[in-house]
Amino acid sequence: MIGIEHYLVVSSILFVLGVLGIFLNRKNVIIILMAIELILLAVNINLVAFSAALGDLTGQVFAMFVLTVAAAEAAIGLAILVIYFRRRGTIAVDDVNRMKG
Amino acid sequence: MIQVLAFYLFACLAVLSGALVVLSRNPVHSVLWLILAFFNAAGLMVLAGAEFIAMLLVIVYVGAVAVLFLFVVMMLNIDFAELRAGFIKNAPLGALVAVVLLVELLVVVILGQAGPVTLGTPDGSAAPLLGEGNTENIGALLYTRYIFLFELAGIVLLVSLIGAVVLTHRESRAIRAHQNIARQNARRPEDATELKQPESGKGVSL
Repeated sequence: MIGIEHYLVVSSILFVLGVLGIFLNRKNVIIILMAIELILLAVNINLVAFSAALGDLTGQVFAMFVLTVAAAEAAIGLAILVIYFRRRGTIAVDDVNRMKG
Repeated sequence: MIQVLAFYLFACLAVLSGALVVLSRNPVHSVLWLILAFFNAAGLMVLAGAEFIAMLLVIVYVGAVAVLFLFVVMMLNIDFAELRAGFIKNAPLGALVAVVLLVELLVVVILGQAGPVTLGTPDGSAAPLLGEGNTENIGALLYTRYIFLFELAGIVLLVSLIGAVVLTHRESRAIRAHQNIARQNARRPEDATELKQPESGKGVSL
C-alpha cells in the first residue's frame, strides 16, 4: 500500500538532486535554473501528498501558487540570462562579481 | 495493486530523469529530461487524486516553461564544454552536501513513522466536498477563501511579464532618427535649394 512516506521519499530524492545540480553545474546558469525547477517540483509533490493525506485542499491551492511563482522566476531568470549573454558573450556565472557593491 | 505498480513506475522514472537533468552533458537533453520528470511527477499527483495540479503541471511546465528553456538554450550560442570544466572539481563538495541532505531527509521520513508529532489537524474548512471532482473543489476554495492570493498571483505574473519584456527589449538603432513632422512642414524650397550659375569650366564650391 502506498502511503505518504513513499511520496515524501520521492520528493526528498528530487529535492536533493536539485541541490546537487546547483553544486555540480556551478558555471551553467541554465542548469542551475532547471535545478531550481526540480526543487520546486519536489516541494509541489510534498504539498500535494500532504493535501491528499490530510484531506485538506489548501495544499493543492498552495502548490498552484508555487507553480505561479516558479513560472515567473523562470521567465525573469531567463531574461536576465539573455541580457547577460548579450553583454558578455558567455553565461559562465562563477565570475559574476563585477557589480561589487 | 495497479496503483502500487504505477506509483513505482512514475517514482522511478521521475527520480531517474531528475538525475539525468543534473548530470547530462548537453543542456538540450537536460531540458528534455526535465520534461519527462514533470510528466512523471504529474502522474504521481494524479495517483494522489490531485488531477488539477497534475494537468496544470503538464500545461504550465511542459507547455510554457520547458519550451522557454529550450528556446533560450537553442537561441544562445554557448560553448557548453567550457562550462563543464568545474564539474569534477565541484563534485566532492556537492556530493557531500547532497548525501548529508538526503540522509537527513530520509531520517526525518523514517522517524516520522515512529511517533506522530501533532502540529494541528485540518479544521475541515478546506475539506473536499463530497461528490465533486478535484477541479470543482479547488475552484470552490480558490475563488472564495483564497481570492486575494489568487489575484496576487496574477499580479506576480504580470510583473514578471513586464519585467522580462523590459529586460530583454533592445531599441533598434535603425529607428533611432525620429520623424519631426513640424520641421518637415516648416521646410520651404528656398531653404533647401540654392540656384547657382557656374561659369563654364569651373566647379561649384559647396
